[in-house]
Amino acid sequence: MPHKIYDKVAGNGLISRRYLLSIGATGIGAVASSTVLGADAGINFEIPSWSRTPGPGASAYGAPSRHTQHFQRTHGAPNATYPGGGSSRSPLQHLQGSITPNSLHFERHHAGIPDIDPSGHHLVINGLVRQPLVFNYEDLLKYEMISRVYFLECAGNSGALLRGGNEDGTAQSLHGLVSCAEWTGIPLSALLDEAGVLPEAKWLAAVGADAASMGRSIPIDKAIDDVMIALFQNGEPVMPGQGFPMRLFVPGWEGNISVKWLTQIKLTREAAQFRDETSKYSDTLHDRSSYQFTFPMGTKSLITSPSGQMSLDRPGIYQVTGVAWSGSGSIRRVEVSADGGQTWADAAIQGLQLDKALTRFTIPWAWDGGSAVLQSRAIDSQGNMQPTRDAILAERGNISTYHNHCIQSWSVNSFGEVSNVYV
Amino acid sequence: MYKEVVIIFFAIFVALSTLVVNSQERVRLGTPITEADLEGFDLIAEPSGTGFPPGGGTARQGKEVYDINCAVCHGADGEGTSGNTIIVGGDMQSEGPPLRTVGSYWPYASTVFDFIRRAMPATAPKSLTNEQAYQVTAYVLFMNEIIGEDTELNADTLIAIEMPNANGFIDRSHIHSN
Repeated sequence: MPHKIYDKVAGNGLISRRYLLSIGATGIGAVASSTVLGADAGINFEIPSWSRTPGPGASAYGAPSRHTQHFQRTHGAPNATYPGGGSSRSPLQHLQGSITPNSLHFERHHAGIPDIDPSGHHLVINGLVRQPLVFNYEDLLKYEMISRVYFLECAGNSGALLRGGNEDGTAQSLHGLVSCAEWTGIPLSALLDEAGVLPEAKWLAAVGADAASMGRSIPIDKAIDDVMIALFQNGEPVMPGQGFPMRLFVPGWEGNISVKWLTQIKLTREAAQFRDETSKYSDTLHDRSSYQFTFPMGTKSLITSPSGQMSLDRPGIYQVTGVAWSGSGSIRRVEVSADGGQTWADAAIQGLQLDKALTRFTIPWAWDGGSAVLQSRAIDSQGNMQPTRDAILAERGNISTYHNHCIQSWSVNSFGEVSNVYV
Repeated sequence: MYKEVVIIFFAIFVALSTLVVNSQERVRLGTPITEADLEGFDLIAEPSGTGFPPGGGTARQGKEVYDINCAVCHGADGEGTSGNTIIVGGDMQSEGPPLRTVGSYWPYASTVFDFIRRAMPATAPKSLTNEQAYQVTAYVLFMNEIIGEDTELNADTLIAIEMPNANGFIDRSHIHSN
């Protein structure tokens, strides 16, 4: 076949997923333009050694294959003057589906990970309540729980993009401060009911049991609406890096507000004005005024493959895939462009399409060996569309870089090398 | 027949009453405590003055505490040793990202005391006494030219301080969804 006529849906090679289905149905040759026969390619069909010797038996706690153990989080070097501070980033380019494995969920700590003995941990509810209460871990396990799949994203995720540079950036290094898990726990409203919130309480202050006693304030309406005390993550107790024995989970909002190692909830009239809601996580604008309490994370998406530092080995059909999410609802649609945003086509949603959760999208792309710029943009259930980088820069500049949800552009050159680019 | 109907009705009655009881009997396992129990545990110091401990201190007293506990990271005069540790200087006019120092950026003086008491010094948080936390707070505010060297800082005087960038913020806490 000298020429395949693809069912083109947008410029520079984006094709209909129906085309791939029809290949499957009618058996028209390979998807990639592989013409070398197996024997000629030197493929060895001898029975491999692992099929001749029994392997090790069952284990107490699983570990990934040693061949994929390099799919790891990346994190900064220890800092003597800021012990335990910093973050680790999820290897988004190596993951599929919507759920982040617990060991690869991103982390951000302000004074390290406390080693908490749950039998010595308290959860206090006090302040403007009829009856201050303390709960212990074992008792909390007896409460009725709910399970929800939610993304969590650090307010600082993707921030470096607004400043420019980072041509060598990867999906992980630029955007790895987002992850998604099934969180199981107790609706905060149940415990607040038990303590009896007084009418004058308009906020609550949540504090962790880490060395920084990290605190954040949350408006009472949100707290009662969908905030939970998460005890389990993807079915197992939340890991120490995620807040064991318990964390607050505030769906859709900037990650820092989902206070880990939760030990106190205090009902207050006003926001407590903690360091991490004044000096940090506020957005300074062109005119030097600053947004305070930017809570919901923006409508956002990201192509994870192909992405920065990957390379395409030969022209042919590639499955472009990525994740989309919104702090304000579910993902309604994701569009993909292969020509730097001139033309767009709808990607297919693969798997879960849940409220405030990572949503996997995919679309086939016929790379012709020329240059291309791959982009994705998400539209959420509220009709919010992910903005361009220029739109964000025009709105608020790059003086501060929290809450960046702009479109990511990956350039593909004629050698098939993929890199971060600004268009 | 009559007997069977009675039994069925009785069974339904029992099932329904169990449901009603279950819907009212929620797990309630919190142990009642008093605010007094939380003295030393509840470290939240609010802009309203709620949560501030008794006592106070001056910048003159705070210098020694600062030199011993804070200067190694924040510098002898608050000039810092890295971006995140600069606590004096800066402004909201110059080009580029503001330094977000206490004097140029922080909207509330209460936050300085609250943060020092809960999270500083970074290698030994919560090791300062309440007196020392007041003294260091006073010294940080003095270095930022917000109070005098001998101003007595306590719960009342601290919350009365108007920070230079207090009006520099746009409250977006009413936006819960876009």
